[in-house]
Amino acid sequence: MAEGTTTPHAGPVESLIEVIGLTKRFGSAADTPPVLEDVSFAVRAGEVVALLGKSGSGKSTLLRCMAGLLAPSAGEVRYRGERLTGTNPGTAMVFQTFALLPWLTVRQNVELGLEAKGVSAADRRVLAEEAIDLVGLDGFEDAYPKELSGGMRQRVGFARALVVTPEVLLMDEPFSGLDVLTAENLRGELMELWESDEFPIRAIVLVTHNIDEAILLADRVLILGSSPGRIVFELSIGLARPRDRDGAEFRALVEQIYSVMTGRPADVAVRPAAAPVATPGTHPLPYASVDALSGFAEILATSGPESLGELATDLRLDFRDLLPLVEALTLLGFADVADGRVTLSAEGRDFASADIQMSKQIFARAAIERAPLVGLIVGALEKTPSRALRWGFFADVLGGSFDEAETDRQLDIATDWGRYAELFAYDADHDEFVADPDRAAAQVAGVP
Amino acid sequence: MPSLSLRRRFSLVDLVVGLFVLVVLYTIVVVGKDTTLSFTPTEVTTVDTSPARLPYYAARTLLRMFVALGASYLFTFVYAYIAAHNRHAERLMIPALDILQSVPVLGFLAITVTGFLALFPGSYIGLELAAIFAIFTSQVWNLTFSFFESLTNQPSELDEAARMMGLSRWRRFWRLDLPHGAIGLVWNGMMSMGGGWFFLVAAEAISVSNRTYTLPGIGSYAGAAIDAGDLGKVGLAVATMAVLVLAVNFVLWQPLVAWSEKFKNEQTDSANAPRSLVLDLVRRSGWSRGTGRVRSRIGEPIDRLGDRLFGTPSTAPGSAVAGRTGDIAFWTITTAVIGYGAWRLFGYIVEIEGWAVFWPPLWQGAITFARVVVLMIVATVVWVPIGVAIGSDPRTSRIAQPLIQVLASFPANFLFPFATWVLLRTGISLDIGGIALMALGAQWYILFNVVAGAQAIPNDLKEAMDDINVHGWQRWRRLTLPAILPHYVTGAITASGGAWNASIIAEVVTYGGTTLTATGLGAYISGAAQEGDYHHLLAGITVMALYVVAINRLFWRRVYLLVESRYAR
Repeated sequence: MAEGTTTPHAGPVESLIEVIGLTKRFGSAADTPPVLEDVSFAVRAGEVVALLGKSGSGKSTLLRCMAGLLAPSAGEVRYRGERLTGTNPGTAMVFQTFALLPWLTVRQNVELGLEAKGVSAADRRVLAEEAIDLVGLDGFEDAYPKELSGGMRQRVGFARALVVTPEVLLMDEPFSGLDVLTAENLRGELMELWESDEFPIRAIVLVTHNIDEAILLADRVLILGSSPGRIVFELSIGLARPRDRDGAEFRALVEQIYSVMTGRPADVAVRPAAAPVATPGTHPLPYASVDALSGFAEILATSGPESLGELATDLRLDFRDLLPLVEALTLLGFADVADGRVTLSAEGRDFASADIQMSKQIFARAAIERAPLVGLIVGALEKTPSRALRWGFFADVLGGSFDEAETDRQLDIATDWGRYAELFAYDADHDEFVADPDRAAAQVAGVP
Repeated sequence: MPSLSLRRRFSLVDLVVGLFVLVVLYTIVVVGKDTTLSFTPTEVTTVDTSPARLPYYAARTLLRMFVALGASYLFTFVYAYIAAHNRHAERLMIPALDILQSVPVLGFLAITVTGFLALFPGSYIGLELAAIFAIFTSQVWNLTFSFFESLTNQPSELDEAARMMGLSRWRRFWRLDLPHGAIGLVWNGMMSMGGGWFFLVAAEAISVSNRTYTLPGIGSYAGAAIDAGDLGKVGLAVATMAVLVLAVNFVLWQPLVAWSEKFKNEQTDSANAPRSLVLDLVRRSGWSRGTGRVRSRIGEPIDRLGDRLFGTPSTAPGSAVAGRTGDIAFWTITTAVIGYGAWRLFGYIVEIEGWAVFWPPLWQGAITFARVVVLMIVATVVWVPIGVAIGSDPRTSRIAQPLIQVLASFPANFLFPFATWVLLRTGISLDIGGIALMALGAQWYILFNVVAGAQAIPNDLKEAMDDINVHGWQRWRRLTLPAILPHYVTGAITASGGAWNASIIAEVVTYGGTTLTATGLGAYISGAAQEGDYHHLLAGITVMALYVVAINRLFWRRVYLLVESRYAR
């Protein structure tokens, strides 16, 4: 943790939630790769913490461990110094999908948590009314969730969380299910409440994949790296609220986070002797379809070197969508990234400008050589007399490095790339990879 | 708030709904009173076939049906809840359900009747319970499956929200578990009841050990009319039955289906949600608001009692790894208990004739199997094109669909006398004619599902096919058949199961003193029941369950999985 932090709500710094050496793996086997490994940090009174990471970095899992919904495989979570053995009594959660019961009205939804606490009907009504007023939903008490817009539904989600007056509000991508304007409006209102005195919440933990959102809301941003998920970087945001996303300082922070996330400084530090031989396990395929990849390469070819922050703004892409593309181009040797700027290599420029048949050949060469899983499949098929191998065979091979869902995703990407490059075919009827007949014939004839 | 009810005018609607409730209450009282009359099982009860008695008989039948449905729901809640919350229980209870729903219910009847008669000697209650039990066993399984599935498929965020709030088991059941499963419970209840009429009618007049036991009801009325060879009165019973089925649909299921729309776990209103005249009526009357107030007043104390009775689940996240020793102990005990039971059962069956007792039912089962296969093929060839034609035309299907639903729930055994009459006249053997009798009940499931499938073909696909000139057989092969296949398979599975069950009453039919018998496992079972030959009866039931399970596992399951992965959208 490179940088120290100070909270703008100064005063005696009191830790509300502590995460200590937390490791989480799904599945019972001890050799299942962990989703989170040895994560430690504390949430202090008066601060907003953002957990930022790519898909698969385990940030939602971490939040659920803090809520006590999931038990850690190792390590522990403490609330006010007490180790959690069930759901965290000091928290309430706001969900990405709102998680409202569609058959209950707004009021009934908000009252539900109070009901569970044994609050009397009369008190419930008063408290729910207050919470509903606080989030600006008065007048909607008797509406059903499906009658409301997404933004209004999330307000109900907030009211339901606030009504039980938790000390820490946990938010799992609360704005990502909303359209841009609604999300912006809700963020603003949330921050106004946070700054006001009547707000009962003492700390907020926010999971997000949106860099702007993290900088806009948080006092502290924790960046999680993936496989396994761990905190790779911590950043204090000292900007005064309300924050201006177009301000120079703000943009500088965006670029800084981008370069952290593409440069993986911590990964390098943790694993200095990175595996000498690239394997499907050490170099997983980024989640990028060939279509998006060639589109992205063409844009880079016309625009020249670009900073990732600007690219994201220009293309209106989240880093969640942008990063895999950058990673895929880098993996294939089509681009280089330095200091958050991406530059096409000579090969990458060829790939972007060639006609479709030529592009396929360039892509095929690069994929065999540098995408280990594609190379593995092609090689294995060549060595098999029948030129066909079952999906399950490769799934078993990958099983040691990835969990089941990730194995499927890796094979899906490899299938997409292999099909495009005409390296092999995949027969969905028989769950089989089949060597491309043309390619096999060409090799028999001695043509590379 | 109370001023609102004072300001409201008392309208005609309130009167109608109020009267209806009173009538229902009265009927239950009157009909329920009679069931405790003392009765000697040795004496053969007669049914008065004067048409004036028909409404009374219909009410008795209806009451039996509702008691069975209520019992089915209660069983479903308890059974599915336990299965969904206990890993050990689940591994045993879910396969058990699978087997139970393959056991021929009608073959069972002879056994349960004697059991219940022994439990309540000298009272109608035993017979009543046996009939109710028969309907219960015919309709409970799919309800239980549906609720179990809804419990295990709750969206994770709703589960998480409920756990974060610390809802007690009781409140979670009423606020989350039950509403989330409501649509499935209503639909399957409707389907179950549709299937249940068939068994109810069969259960009202049952012959065991050469003695016929009858319960006052529409089924026994028809039975008496059949024995007398009075087609006119049979027709009257058929008409009454049709009215009953339609009325229950209109007054109960249609409103329930429309009402359960609110439990859809989707965040938008669907454009053509099912509507119901009766529901609109009830909603417009003051009753729904009135009961809402009562509910909120007495609801809270009941909820608090429920909190205390059932407790709050530990919020500790379950650890995925459970004790191995617990597993071993559980399976050892289970295997031992089941093994002992099986040993006793088979010991009893083979007591007299040895294992050779299984040969006749096995080869006769093959004959019944052949009948089922022919039935399925013919029904498919006939009803798939018709179903597609109906489903492709929105106007026709709007009219046809409720009609088919009623046809599917109409007890086919009511039509048997007419079919038998035809067979007697034409001299066609029941060996062939039995197929038609079995089809009378089973075929509608195929039609119903194919219509639904054809309706669901997206319009843009049809337009695309028109655009590139794909017509005729090519269109059938490339668009229509693949699109309806998942629906067809669902219907076919139900139809095939129904046909096996129907064989028990379709392979032996009587009309006006003449009895026709076909060779087959159904005839074997009903013969054994008639004679009170429990060795043969159990052997027959075992073999039929074996056939049904084997066909489901080896054939339908595979087809279903294949279709699910390839053709489902």
